[in-house]
Amino acid sequence: MIPEIGHFALILALCVAVVQGTLPIYGAAVGSSTLMSVAKPAARGQFILVLLAFCCLGYAFAAKDFSVLYVAATSNSHLPLHYRLAAIWGAHEGSLLLWTFILTIWMVAVTFFSSHLPEAMRARILGVMGLVSVGFLLFMLTVSNPFERLIPAAVDGRDLNPLLQDPGMVMHPPMLYMGYVGFSVAFAFAIAALLGGNLDAAWARWSRPWTTVAWCFLTVGIALGSGWAYYELGWGGWWFWDPVENASFMPWLAGTALIHSLAVTDKRGGFKVWTVLLAIMAFSLSLLGTFLVRSGVLTSVHAFATDPKRGLFILVFLAIVIGGSLLLYAWRAPRVGLGGGFDPVSRESMLLANNVLLVAAMGSVLLGTLYPLFLDALGLGKISVGPPYFDTVFVPLMTPAIFLMGIGPLAQWKKASLPELAMRLRWAFGVSVVTALLLPFVLGKWTPLLSLGLLLSLWIVTTTMVNIRERVSHLVGNSFLSCLTALPRAYWGMVLAHCGIAVFIVGVTMVKGFEVEQDLRMNVGETATIGGYTFQFDGAREVKGPNYLAARGTFSVTKAGREVTMMYPEKRLYSVQKQMMTEAAIDSGLLRDLYVSLGEPLEDGAWSVRLYHKPFIDWIWGGCLIMALGGLLAVSDRRYRLSWRRERQEEPEAIRSQEKSVA
Amino acid sequence: MKPRQKRFVLIGLGLVALAIAAALVLNAFQSNLVFFFTPTQVANGDVPQGRSFRIGGMVENGSLTREGDGLTVHFIVTDMAKRVPVTFKGILPDLFKEGKGAVAQGQLGADGTFLASEVLAKHDENYMPPEVADALAKAKAAGAQSSSTLVVKPQ
Repeated sequence: MIPEIGHFALILALCVAVVQGTLPIYGAAVGSSTLMSVAKPAARGQFILVLLAFCCLGYAFAAKDFSVLYVAATSNSHLPLHYRLAAIWGAHEGSLLLWTFILTIWMVAVTFFSSHLPEAMRARILGVMGLVSVGFLLFMLTVSNPFERLIPAAVDGRDLNPLLQDPGMVMHPPMLYMGYVGFSVAFAFAIAALLGGNLDAAWARWSRPWTTVAWCFLTVGIALGSGWAYYELGWGGWWFWDPVENASFMPWLAGTALIHSLAVTDKRGGFKVWTVLLAIMAFSLSLLGTFLVRSGVLTSVHAFATDPKRGLFILVFLAIVIGGSLLLYAWRAPRVGLGGGFDPVSRESMLLANNVLLVAAMGSVLLGTLYPLFLDALGLGKISVGPPYFDTVFVPLMTPAIFLMGIGPLAQWKKASLPELAMRLRWAFGVSVVTALLLPFVLGKWTPLLSLGLLLSLWIVTTTMVNIRERVSHLVGNSFLSCLTALPRAYWGMVLAHCGIAVFIVGVTMVKGFEVEQDLRMNVGETATIGGYTFQFDGAREVKGPNYLAARGTFSVTKAGREVTMMYPEKRLYSVQKQMMTEAAIDSGLLRDLYVSLGEPLEDGAWSVRLYHKPFIDWIWGGCLIMALGGLLAVSDRRYRLSWRRERQEEPEAIRSQEKSVA
Repeated sequence: MKPRQKRFVLIGLGLVALAIAAALVLNAFQSNLVFFFTPTQVANGDVPQGRSFRIGGMVENGSLTREGDGLTVHFIVTDMAKRVPVTFKGILPDLFKEGKGAVAQGQLGADGTFLASEVLAKHDENYMPPEVADALAKAKAAGAQSSSTLVVKPQ
């Protein structure tokens, strides 16, 4: 009964979405206030319906209702409740439901924070989001229904893929989807602007916080996925340039470019057409990412049953969304106008160069990800593009981008002078070059990449310091501290996010430069030393978990005779899927991670063992977190709140009715 | 400079940057493509020498042996038509099993042994990597054509 309610709610949601996707847009075109006012209640109604469907599926999982095919396929009666609930998005159908649910969350957020928008704009934005929702609901209801029954019911479920039974995996998809779907708001803003033909600085100011929030979620989502790969796959890598990773990284690159281009549109009215294109690109790549990963085109832990009907639907949907919006773009973009001019040396030109580099990087990832798929589809042979390709392409593309990242914030808008910039930055440059050249020697090893990595992160930090000092010296304040607090939060957000990049680069550079990895055979009582740490293997014993049986090894780690920690890596056999899983033991620290994972049992209680010493690896995810925090800080800036509040006072009527509906 | 000239400078710079990026990307792309071959192709010598490639097939039952160091393993990858011996030093992935599909990346040694630098078997129990399924199907099709002299085992 409950699953049928969920199914029915989805059908109703589709009806509401169709209304939401048509009437308000038509209303905006003919100027009918009545039709436009449909958007808000429709969006909220749709949210409630999809929420209901989501809860129904959650209930089916919680109640172990194995007569629902999806529940039977992805959970098991021995699976703990939290993983049963996380199994909602553990496979294709449910993750589509999560996607749609998150889309409706963003829609509701738009209804609450859009009272300052012109009515036609709001109607179009919600209308476009409604149309996207139509696509997803149709997809679910036609070929991937999560509520499909299994008759007769299964006695027990097939269990969730053991790789996904992990706290990181519980949070990774929702975060990632918040990011993907969040770009739909920027996309809807862009389409609305194209439809309306007006794209001014105010438009950019409205879409900026939305884009930044989505970008923050995406950043955290990608970091979570990378962290999961690090500790769950058991081989200590944090990024493999796997197609499924690239699928999430491409929207991130486009989104990063979009954030910066929006800044120019907001502050200077420039880059308008480019901004719109980036907004379309970011969302199209999000869609592509979702479908690439979930459709089974790519084989990985993310991909599930492959169904040609699904593939066809996906292709058609992608073609409509991407083709349609590009067509609209080609038709309407000339009306939007190019925006203000600027000099070849100016903050605009540097941001533009940065944008081009980011998009070029995105394009190279796209090529490396899609080319093998095309060849395969055309029957021209099977190839794969290895990580070395991405490494060779990324370093030369990102190096100038990061160099510009240091200069850009110091350059003037419209027209800057190179000699003057050079004067202001000479100390920062000198300090970073000298330190980057010498520091590796202190650390005990010099390679060009090591120096380059350190140079880039030092460059970011030192130029940021110069920037802060200059900003403060322009202010007339009592103390240094009060000056610092007088600077706007958007500025601090940028500083923080840029420093996040620096932290990230330090992490990557140090791990690549100094990590020690060793695979070896260890007898009971034997020791091995890597990176100054001595690991003693004290044997392995059997442990029983809720739905698995494990061999748990014991390692005591010492450094210079002093005990550091005990580590317990496991090798698990999940009983339902009969799947082996390596559960690495990790001792994390600010400056290094120790990583132990069990290979295979050998004779006499010996094991093949993997020992890693990974300096600074947590800085990689720390850097991502700092970037995301920077984004959130920027969103909390006064100017966004002010513009919102100002409009609020102008529209007290609308607000009062809104608050009533909140209560 | 006049606005017109400025625009030209900008566009020119953009084009140069794009050209450099494209050259870089395509060059790296060319040298990092990893091709996939079936055991039959390897046995027939249709594979590049001195370049890394991938082979895929079933790990033959009973072919897995381990050297005394506990790390170096030998096994045979087959597409049911031809067999290729593989040597790998390191820890095999969790899903590597005899009688299951696997993909290995590495180079062909002078003695015809495939020296794997990486073994991939990252799918679930019942899953067959498409490359492997493809290799098996091809070998089977080739076998069927010349089956007048061969005894094809019933499935």
